[in-house]
Amino acid sequence: MSQTVALPRSLELPGGGRLPRLGSVDAVALEARAGELAKRSIKRESKIFALDLAIRMIDLTTLEGADTPGKVRALSTKAMHPDPGDPSIPSVAAVCVYPSLVAVARRTLSGSTVHVASVATAFPSGQAPLEVKLADVRAAVKAGADEIDMVIDRGAFLSGRIGQVYDEVVAVKEACGDAHLKVILETGELGTYDAVRRASLVAIAGGADFIKTSTGKVSPAATLPVTLCMLEAIRDVHDETGLVVGMKSAGGIRTAKQAIQYLCVLHETLGVDWLTPDRFRFGASSLLNDLLLQLRKQRTGIYRSPDEFTLD
Amino acid sequence: MGAVERPRTEVAAPASWDYAPAPEAREIVSFERRYGLFIGGKQVSPKSRTWFSTISPSTEEPLAEVAQAGQKDVALAVDAARDAFRTWSRRKPAERAKVLFRIARVLQERARELAVAESLDGGKPIKESRDVDLPLAAAHFFYYAGWADKLEYAFPGRSPKPLGVAAQIVPWNFPLLMLSWKIAPALACGNTVVLKPAETTPLTALLFADVCRQAEVPPGVVNIVTGDGATGAYLVREKDIDKVAFTGSTEVGKAIQRELAGRDVSLTLELGGKAANIVFDDCALDQAVEGIVNGIYFNQGHVCCAGSRLLVQESIHDQLVRKLKRRMATLRVGDPLDKNTDVGAINSSAQLERISELVQSGVEEGAELYQPPCRLPEKGWWFAPTVFTNVAQSHRIAREEIFGPVLSVLTFRTPDEAVEKANNTMYGLSAGVWTEKGSRILWMADRLRSGVVWGNTFNRFDPSSPFGGYKESGFGREGGRHGLEPYLRFE
Repeated sequence: MSQTVALPRSLELPGGGRLPRLGSVDAVALEARAGELAKRSIKRESKIFALDLAIRMIDLTTLEGADTPGKVRALSTKAMHPDPGDPSIPSVAAVCVYPSLVAVARRTLSGSTVHVASVATAFPSGQAPLEVKLADVRAAVKAGADEIDMVIDRGAFLSGRIGQVYDEVVAVKEACGDAHLKVILETGELGTYDAVRRASLVAIAGGADFIKTSTGKVSPAATLPVTLCMLEAIRDVHDETGLVVGMKSAGGIRTAKQAIQYLCVLHETLGVDWLTPDRFRFGASSLLNDLLLQLRKQRTGIYRSPDEFTLD
Repeated sequence: MGAVERPRTEVAAPASWDYAPAPEAREIVSFERRYGLFIGGKQVSPKSRTWFSTISPSTEEPLAEVAQAGQKDVALAVDAARDAFRTWSRRKPAERAKVLFRIARVLQERARELAVAESLDGGKPIKESRDVDLPLAAAHFFYYAGWADKLEYAFPGRSPKPLGVAAQIVPWNFPLLMLSWKIAPALACGNTVVLKPAETTPLTALLFADVCRQAEVPPGVVNIVTGDGATGAYLVREKDIDKVAFTGSTEVGKAIQRELAGRDVSLTLELGGKAANIVFDDCALDQAVEGIVNGIYFNQGHVCCAGSRLLVQESIHDQLVRKLKRRMATLRVGDPLDKNTDVGAINSSAQLERISELVQSGVEEGAELYQPPCRLPEKGWWFAPTVFTNVAQSHRIAREEIFGPVLSVLTFRTPDEAVEKANNTMYGLSAGVWTEKGSRILWMADRLRSGVVWGNTFNRFDPSSPFGGYKESGFGREGGRHGLEPYLRFE
């Protein structure tokens, strides 16, 4: 292969498999493909399927300085029963909060199928000493988080210290224990799809269960092409090693129409096996109500007032 | 784990997610029961008194009856064009430009109707007629409208003058787009035209006659005669034509050239191809796969510049073919009017027969065939996307134009070998090169004997970019400033 491999030589996938070729990404063609898939026209029962699936894939998120136990309780209640008047509406996949609010979410969600995800590792910048980041992770896990959303150190990545990024992911994975690890690449700061692909492979090599686009604090957050780029990396890893890695697109996905476009990209890149919340998540908040609105429209033929859906 | 122990539940993936049908509304277009010829700005009944049905290749349903123009009809059309030439050629160029701009605008306004008509009559997926054929057709008229009053600047000091009456014959793969490629530059340069659409796809040309009426194209400037190959032959034999522009098969192109030998009629031919799509091991692999798919399965492979020969660097052959086959399995073959259809119907039973025959020869010659599982509709003419691996240069499927959704995969070891194999064909219309290295694309482009070389893309068209062939792919260029030249004489 006539490519410079910028990954440390010692770097291996969990289980000892070989990483796929580093490869490169053509931005024009990638965006064209994503644009083409965005034009899929999803109607009737296939739309209901997609809307229902999208709800089940949501990590309902609040990550504000102003977050309070009250706010997190409300959000968690909504996560379990997004539409209290309609028991056929499924719960979302998880609630995603800061570590200090994990315990509140855990208590509220007790007995439900909704997971508790916590951002950690000096979210959103990742600019803190490793010990601090690891302590952050351990605290969140101890408080009851079963999923950890870490950020990579973009400063290290962009200055070429890729080995450091890898080592941090490995250390955080260890600190997670049984909790699932999602690694946020913050693609909006990486600059090129080549860098996104490289960061994806580093995160996966370090032990990521999921790779995730964004913190939601940087624009652009998730986009269709960047999601496609990461899904292609996941696909190559799966081809090469059989390892299953999940994907989370977060930030900027607000409408049901967008969510369906993401599902089409997912479906036509990784196939039907990835159409489960175990392998794909939306990091979102306002998306949920639009999904509910569209789902009711699809079932009854009528657009209801947005006021019929709770704001939490 | 935290305070509350909870087993991680696994959520099973569904067995499938089938997209529900999403048909484009066909009511937007209504065909007349029977069409005459468009001569001198009017629909006229053919003197031949014969009509034939044009049918939809996806359902075999007859869409309308179309006139079979005989020799007298063709002569009348040429006369009308000659009459109109006297005034049209002397019109102020800016006035000619206005007419072309109006055509472009009307094409945009009626884009959906024309796209549906194109997909019904020709079988191509609506997403292609909607997103490629129609926008490009309008863009061609916009582009050449801009040139109409700037010909002196295009050819400084050469006093460009129109030729006269242009006889234009277009194929069935991009009926309206090829019509636009022919009519727009001809009119911009001050010529008048008699155009013959293909026998199997005459409807958008007949709708274009109405576009001309709406755009106030003066009577006789555009004439449309429908019919089969015989009509085309009458048109080429007409005494009073100054120019023949033909897009179609190499066989017919050669016949036309023989017919015109010794006559003072200028000729451009855009004929067949067997394009090499050359993939180097340093390319962006997933995007190259998209380019390969677009290169050969776009418009069911009914594309003269289709990337029908895939030349892969041997070191990535297995990986690439694996990716390609998986991608092929996601192609949605079926109803051309469904907005999610990627591959539509084969244009005619004759074409389907030809494709089947060549594919059979590939199997017999020992190449390895793969077709993804797909359900083809019962009515109409269909062919599953096909790829042949283990293909040798000497196989028929590596040499002859199949003009269908059939890809032949060959390998190479070095750039020199890639060039040698790519050029080892009677055709020379287009080629594609996939590599991370810009310098290598330029190095290859210098050496490939084909009219178009695409770098890290394929089947990309723009009215400002000239298009045409080497060797048996024809001569003359369409598109760009170069595309004006075949419609002008210089003093």
